[in-house]
Amino acid sequence: MTAHATTLTTLPALLRTRGQLLRGSQLRATITSLILTPICFLWIYPFLWVVSASVKTNAQIFSGPGLIPSELHLENFSRAWTQAHIGQYFLNTTIIAVSATAIVVVTTGMMGYALGRYDFPGKKPILAVFVATIFLPEGYTIIPIFDLIDRLHLNNNLLGVILAESGGAHVIYILLFAGFFSQLPTELEESAIMDGATFPRVFGQIMLPLAMPVVVTTIILEFERSWNSFFLPLVLTLSRPNLRTLGVGMFAFQGEFFTDISGMAAAATVTLVPIVAVFLLLQRYFVEGIAGAVKQ
Amino acid sequence: MYAARWCYLFMLPSMFLAAMFTFWPIVASWYFSLLDFSGFSSARPFVGLANYAELIQDGFFWHSLGHSFLFMAITVPIRLSLALLVAIVLNDRVLRLSPVFRTFFFLPVVTTTAVVGILMTFLFSPFNGPINKALLGLHVIAQPVDFLGDPDHALFTVMGVQVWKSFGFSMIYWLAALQAIPSELYEAARVDGASRWQQFRAITMPLLLPFAIVIFLITAVNTLRVFDLVQTMTGGGPFFASEVVETYIYRTAFSVQAGIPREGYASAVGVFFGLTVMCIALVQGWALRKANEVRRDLTMRGAA
Repeated sequence: MTAHATTLTTLPALLRTRGQLLRGSQLRATITSLILTPICFLWIYPFLWVVSASVKTNAQIFSGPGLIPSELHLENFSRAWTQAHIGQYFLNTTIIAVSATAIVVVTTGMMGYALGRYDFPGKKPILAVFVATIFLPEGYTIIPIFDLIDRLHLNNNLLGVILAESGGAHVIYILLFAGFFSQLPTELEESAIMDGATFPRVFGQIMLPLAMPVVVTTIILEFERSWNSFFLPLVLTLSRPNLRTLGVGMFAFQGEFFTDISGMAAAATVTLVPIVAVFLLLQRYFVEGIAGAVKQ
Repeated sequence: MYAARWCYLFMLPSMFLAAMFTFWPIVASWYFSLLDFSGFSSARPFVGLANYAELIQDGFFWHSLGHSFLFMAITVPIRLSLALLVAIVLNDRVLRLSPVFRTFFFLPVVTTTAVVGILMTFLFSPFNGPINKALLGLHVIAQPVDFLGDPDHALFTVMGVQVWKSFGFSMIYWLAALQAIPSELYEAARVDGASRWQQFRAITMPLLLPFAIVIFLITAVNTLRVFDLVQTMTGGGPFFASEVVETYIYRTAFSVQAGIPREGYASAVGVFFGLTVMCIALVQGWALRKANEVRRDLTMRGAA
């Protein structure tokens, strides 16, 4: 009887406190959202400003902080695309980023497979040497790279930049692949080997298709890295303006077209929109890739 | 042994590329630093340690090294503590908009640093630039501030932009670390009536510590390598007020504005700086192993 009574009295009380707790935390979430919304707006204001400036005239840009233009001046884009050679630089950047990404995914996937799946003499020292390069400053390696590309006569086409971008000992991707392949059960290849499948066939037809999440993560992280790369293409295209990438090209105009802010804003928009679009569409992989890297 | 041969073959492409563009440059830099090597002549006489002797007395070099370390000492604590705060706020299951906010905070990370640097020169312009206009409008300042043209402000302005630009990276690191903490611990603490602050002190802080060491050192060493933003926002100026080691190397080896490019001397700077960063990375390796030991101890105690 007493037990019954307590249940009857405490149950509504319990429900009430639970409700208050829930309401309390929801109130907290609402307040947090109200505080964070303007902060987020200010956070990306520079990007909104540049997109807005790209369709204004130079006079309108500095007349006020408003973002909505009264009329669209799309001629900024055609001016940037042809006169400032942004079209050429866009093509160069795309060729470099796509080629470097393809090379890096294939080479790090193969290396990660060997390191993650098999034991062989020299495995540990090889891994250690690669890991030791993670924090190498670019300023340390840039002069010999410049010299090497020059000696190999690769400085008059994009191949030099592509190879140099691909040769950065991409330890993070190798570790991501190795970590993934080491977790797969051994039965997978045992039956295939019984059926007479060779080592590359097991890799290409069984293992690599399973590793698609890591492949996609690597593609996205490497595309983003090589699209945004600056120091290396800056140095390798110093005497070849026609090989410049978007970042290097814009840096070069900073001197030449100093007063044409709207043209520069159009060029910046052309550079930033593709990479932001890739990010917004595939952000899950960005986040997982970076979070995975810190856990390694 | 059959498999081992295939393994070496599979590693060959990566190792070949890394040998050309990572390992050879590491070795070649040592050799180049012993030459009087300039971009304009093919003669490269051997000068021994002369470049290093000059380096020790080069005020511009020490000045830039000081800036690199100042950059690290100021931005890393600010960036990591702010990112931790935001990560804790966003790591709240009740906050439905959390993924949207996360996207906004992360967005600057994916953008081209060099282009962002150029864009910032417009935003920070003292001639009607939007930031000066906003600050004047809010009466924070009485007259326009020359954020990038004034030697007293330039380096700090670049630091501020760098914190904003790479903030998202640190936030994702912290979120990954926070999500590694089992939620049962918080539930148990709530049942015991622990406040949110008590939960933070007793659960979050100690369990975050091993991650914090790794995140701190990755961020610190990465910050020492800052180049793109400084080069595009100030070029190391005005009057070398924002020069860091990476822009100093670039200017010495490749810029014709500074006189004859001196690749040999710049290599000596690179080797010295590379060794400095490597020493810090070694400390990091040691701390990482220690942190892993602590983590293993904690999980073993947890299992027992």
